[in-house]
Amino acid sequence: MLLKDEVEMLRRVPLFSGVAPAKLKLLAFTSERVSYKSGQVLFNQGDPADAAYVILSGAADILADSPSGEIKVAEIEHDSIVGEIAILCDVSRTATVRANSPLEALRISKDHFIKLLSDYPEMTIEIMRVLADRLSHTTTELSEARSKQKQHASK
Amino acid sequence: MEKSLTRYIWSNTRLQQIWILIVVAVSMIPYFLSFDLPKQIVNGPIQGTGFESPGATQTFMRIRYDIPYVGEVTFFNGLELTRFETLMALSLVFLLLVIVNGLFKLYINTYKGRLGERMLRRIRFELIDRVLRFPPSQFKRVKSAEIATMIKDEVEPMGGFTGDAFVQPALLGGQALTALVFIIMQNFWLGMIAAGIVAIQGVVIPRMRKRLLELGRQRQLTARELSGRVGEIVDGIGTIHGNDTSNYERADIAARLGLIFSIRYDLYQWKFLVKFINNFLAQVTPFLFYSIGGVLALQGRLDIGQLVAVINAYKDLPGPLKELIDWDQARQDVQVKYAQVVEQFNVDRLVDPKIQALAPTPAGRLEHSLHAVNLTVLDDSGAPLLNHISVEINPSETVAVVGNSASGAEALAEAFARLVWPDQGRITIDGTDLLDLPESVTGRRIAYAASDTYFFHGTLRDNLLYGLKHAPLTKVEYEGKQAINYKWNINEARRAGNPELDLNSDWVDYTSAGVTGPHDLFKVVRPVLDAVMISQDIQDMALRSLVNTATHSDLTDRIVELREALRKRLKKEGLEDLVVPFKLKEYNPQATIGENLLFGTMKRPMMTNRKLAAHPYFRSVLRENDLYIDLYFMGLEIASNAVELFQDLPPDHPFFQQLTFMTADDIPAYQILLQKLQGRGFEAASPEERSNIIRLSFSYIEPRHRFGLLNDELMAKIVDARARFHENLPADLKEVIERYDPKKFISSATLLDNVLFGRVGFAQADGTDKLRDIMRDIFNKLGLFESVLSIGLDFDVGSGGKRLTNVQRQKLNVARALLKRSDYLIFNRPLPALDQRIQDKITHNIMENLHKEGHSPSIIWVLSNTSLAKLFDRVIVFDNGALVEDGTHATLLEKNGVFRQLAS
Repeated sequence: MLLKDEVEMLRRVPLFSGVAPAKLKLLAFTSERVSYKSGQVLFNQGDPADAAYVILSGAADILADSPSGEIKVAEIEHDSIVGEIAILCDVSRTATVRANSPLEALRISKDHFIKLLSDYPEMTIEIMRVLADRLSHTTTELSEARSKQKQHASK
Repeated sequence: MEKSLTRYIWSNTRLQQIWILIVVAVSMIPYFLSFDLPKQIVNGPIQGTGFESPGATQTFMRIRYDIPYVGEVTFFNGLELTRFETLMALSLVFLLLVIVNGLFKLYINTYKGRLGERMLRRIRFELIDRVLRFPPSQFKRVKSAEIATMIKDEVEPMGGFTGDAFVQPALLGGQALTALVFIIMQNFWLGMIAAGIVAIQGVVIPRMRKRLLELGRQRQLTARELSGRVGEIVDGIGTIHGNDTSNYERADIAARLGLIFSIRYDLYQWKFLVKFINNFLAQVTPFLFYSIGGVLALQGRLDIGQLVAVINAYKDLPGPLKELIDWDQARQDVQVKYAQVVEQFNVDRLVDPKIQALAPTPAGRLEHSLHAVNLTVLDDSGAPLLNHISVEINPSETVAVVGNSASGAEALAEAFARLVWPDQGRITIDGTDLLDLPESVTGRRIAYAASDTYFFHGTLRDNLLYGLKHAPLTKVEYEGKQAINYKWNINEARRAGNPELDLNSDWVDYTSAGVTGPHDLFKVVRPVLDAVMISQDIQDMALRSLVNTATHSDLTDRIVELREALRKRLKKEGLEDLVVPFKLKEYNPQATIGENLLFGTMKRPMMTNRKLAAHPYFRSVLRENDLYIDLYFMGLEIASNAVELFQDLPPDHPFFQQLTFMTADDIPAYQILLQKLQGRGFEAASPEERSNIIRLSFSYIEPRHRFGLLNDELMAKIVDARARFHENLPADLKEVIERYDPKKFISSATLLDNVLFGRVGFAQADGTDKLRDIMRDIFNKLGLFESVLSIGLDFDVGSGGKRLTNVQRQKLNVARALLKRSDYLIFNRPLPALDQRIQDKITHNIMENLHKEGHSPSIIWVLSNTSLAKLFDRVIVFDNGALVEDGTHATLLEKNGVFRQLAS
């Protein structure tokens, strides 16, 4: 796959939709292109976070360790970014990501990612939008869970 | 050491000094003969005295000389010669005397020089010998750079002085005295005047020189301190950078240099003042002769002939006198330097040479317990580190020493290792004080490792086996020229009081390590390296290094087998696309275009990219098929991509790391080039511009850079050019380019490249990690892992081992201690640089594996992690310099004491 195809794919990722194609090309060029086989792990829960991954093709499971063993939290597909939260707030990986089909990804190292955010405010805003979106989702889910719990308790 | 230099020189070179004095005395005979000869030649044959009648003959070579106190001596009775014959004969004798005098001078100077050099060698060796015997506390006070300056520079003038120490005063003193006696013989009173002035010179000048000497001493001290400071700056450069104190250091050095300057300037002023006075006194004597002698002559109390004779004779006095005074100056100067140095090396409690005596035979096992009796160790401020400790460690017992830092646990370990000497009490083995035991026992039967490691400049192997090099164990047989050379070396060493140990002998004590020789060394080295978990690092070092095919043929001969094994293994694990192998008839997409063209490696530094690009043969290959033009347009495309991507970025932007084929500084130049060349043909570019553009294409890797510039046709062209390039390779290139050959080891490529024989695919996640594990497995399966370790052990550790990481150094330090197979192994928190988990793992490895292999030493381990104490037979607990608990792990846990607190 060539640089210009990657640029096309990156443009479909919501996070990068506002970024000029020339900059996307630079991002693609400076990122590492990695391919994974089905079942191969992108990163493990607890690892130090050093990069974010843009899934170009294929899909992966997001798994979290729990007392009852590994549970699948979500699945991600192409055109999405994964692992960006951990490099933003310098924590270790909060989940394991494992390819569930042959997967192609762009690996953006932490330094490059941070640099991108400071160079392109539109990306930062986009990231904030994504994060805020996730937060509101989580809040809604939490309040639903709480009210369910209450109902449960009052019964 | 002898405090007076003169006495030191005399006691060491007595016989030589007497010999050279005799030689000098003998050399005086031809010297004086040659004085008389010119007069004879002029008066005799030239002016014709004695040849008044034609055909007259004269007695030739009838040499009579009036030697003071001996009388007239006839050396030779002579031949009858004519005037012309006499002239020739006398001239030839003159020539002969010139040669004889010259030869004497040559011999004397060489002899004195050699004497001086031997003396210098002796002094230097003696000083270093003393450094080796300094008590440990001394090293807290001295700076290494200062010691080095003293040994290297400050004793240097002593060598030069040694040859002149006795000969010079004898010679010059004799000359001066003769002249003075002659003057006195001419006229007693005038002679007395001359003697008086000499006496004044002899009294005044040395007094004035006292200050010179003091200044010289200060100059020496300040210069030594300067080198100490320079050493500190070099050693502490990290601290200086880290604290922005470089200007503080600059100020300090400038102040020191200022002080040195003022001392040296003062010194010069005084020196020339003294010279002036000296000259003045010398010149004043003729003034007195003229004035007083003249008055006397006018009054008729002195004969004019006598006066002229005295003045003539006086000409010979100031010369030797001045030289004598200069000699005395040199003597005092050297004496001061010597005294200064000796003072630094005269240290109390120097280790007795007997303790360090050479012991070629293995030391017997220590079968008695290590017994500390009433042991007290103070730190430099006088505070007790250990306070009246008595403890006994039995052979084969494993003991955990536990305590907070500064509890005394470390001090006990250091005292057992003889690194600190007890202030009170003692440590004994079988009733003998540990400090009285020879180092050939303690240095071999006791091993010690702490966190501060030291590695000498050399290979990893040298450093690992350093603990086994106690004595030269093999006798090296030298042949032919080497044998003569060796003999000469040994003779010279003996003459300068140096030891006759042969550095070329094999010093490694294989028997003590538990093997029979170098060939089965890995039988013991490997488990030790595995135990300290460093074999992986050493494998990596080996993989990254070039391999000497002569010494490691066991591996290089089996390279084909290795490559095949790797391919099979990768296939079996479904990882075939991890490595793209080099094939003669195929383009390798994971390698650069340059690599694909060359299909081999260059022997650097004889051959470089630049040299190859300029080589006419290489150019002619590229020109065929117009590959040159293809690559030019490709380079242009790469340049335009790079410029488009990077032109807006500041030069220090991290993205530039990805740009492998140019630097940030190149961008503007290529921007200009592009403006000029884009859209125009190949012909538009000058040769230099062409090569600048083509250069870019050589570093291009399609899967990495992804510009989409390679197609099948171009790849075929490159493979074709490759074949043509190697087909008629000229001899000069053949020597420096090794073609990739699947059947051969490539000596100019690293071991990793040799085994892979291909390139790792860029898009493979965790490719290198996987390969590392697979390779280790393959090396093991083929029985080649030890050869790989052996290659890794050739790694040069750098000055002080600084090319290794701190973690590696600490691991190797422990490995070195383990290799000695001592009876007492002392570990003093040896691995603090490592993760706790790895530290625990290594401790387990050592305690569980090594201790169970038959040889069971006593292990005394000061633990950083108290929970490991359960691995040991016995636990002793220190608190505040006192031994507070002693017992098995279980009993101490039951007791509600200090250990329990530490363990929780």
